[in-house]
Amino acid sequence: MSVTGTTKNLEALSFTLTAEFDAGVERVWQLWEDPRQLERWWGPPTWPATFEKFDFEAGGKAGYYMTGPEGEKAGGWWRFTSIQPPARLEFDDGFADHNGAPVEAMGTTHVTVTLEEDGGRTTMTVATIFESEEQMEQMVQMGMEEGMTGAVGQIDAILAEHANA
Amino acid sequence: MVVDQLREDELDRLFQAFADSTRRDIVRRVTVGEYSVSGLAALYAMSFAAVQKHVAVLERASLVTKEKRGREQIVRGNHEGLQKARRLLDEYEAIWRQRVDRIADILAEG
Repeated sequence: MSVTGTTKNLEALSFTLTAEFDAGVERVWQLWEDPRQLERWWGPPTWPATFEKFDFEAGGKAGYYMTGPEGEKAGGWWRFTSIQPPARLEFDDGFADHNGAPVEAMGTTHVTVTLEEDGGRTTMTVATIFESEEQMEQMVQMGMEEGMTGAVGQIDAILAEHANA
Repeated sequence: MVVDQLREDELDRLFQAFADSTRRDIVRRVTVGEYSVSGLAALYAMSFAAVQKHVAVLERASLVTKEKRGREQIVRGNHEGLQKARRLLDEYEAIWRQRVDRIADILAEG
């Protein structure tokens, strides 16, 4: 089993996962650094992610969308806040509209990834902090294939509401 | 999974509720402590009636509860919210476990 531990904090709305891989740290770093490799695991198989933009440097932004079985699309963006290859990566993750523009009202999650190699194996720790429960709910839907169709509908509804406001 | 457990109309109400910055602020405050509607109204540059409307939207979304106490209407965060947060964290864990499985598969290719 690759996952070696998880920690959840309800009050802080945070989640930390630790996983161990049978690969060196440089190889695991590539899975984050190379958008073509990232696309292979970020989204569920039925909702693959496509990264259209990927400025992998501190302050740089990434833009992506996930495509569903019916051609539905759900957009997101990352803003890299710290990159220390091959050991540490921090970014904010938020929702985007159909043009890739951030939807600020829906909040962001902050993700910190750390990689540590020991004897040819790499331990990856991913710590996520959510801004609000509502935003966590939306993020969960973005990641779950079962929830994706509903999530896309919700994003559309919120965008429509903003357009009319 | 989320959609199975939360009905679509519940989700509609939830997202309508948090699409407004005043409503998000009200939720944040009443999660920490209780406020009367008039106490909340004093915090924002809007009428008592407008704040009352925001509270009603939040009530319909099950994010807050409202209770009469004397002349006051007391607003509190809905405790079921914490249970929901727990469930959401469980589902978020499932997402990451699936991602880790996919990463392990890619690494196994060599």
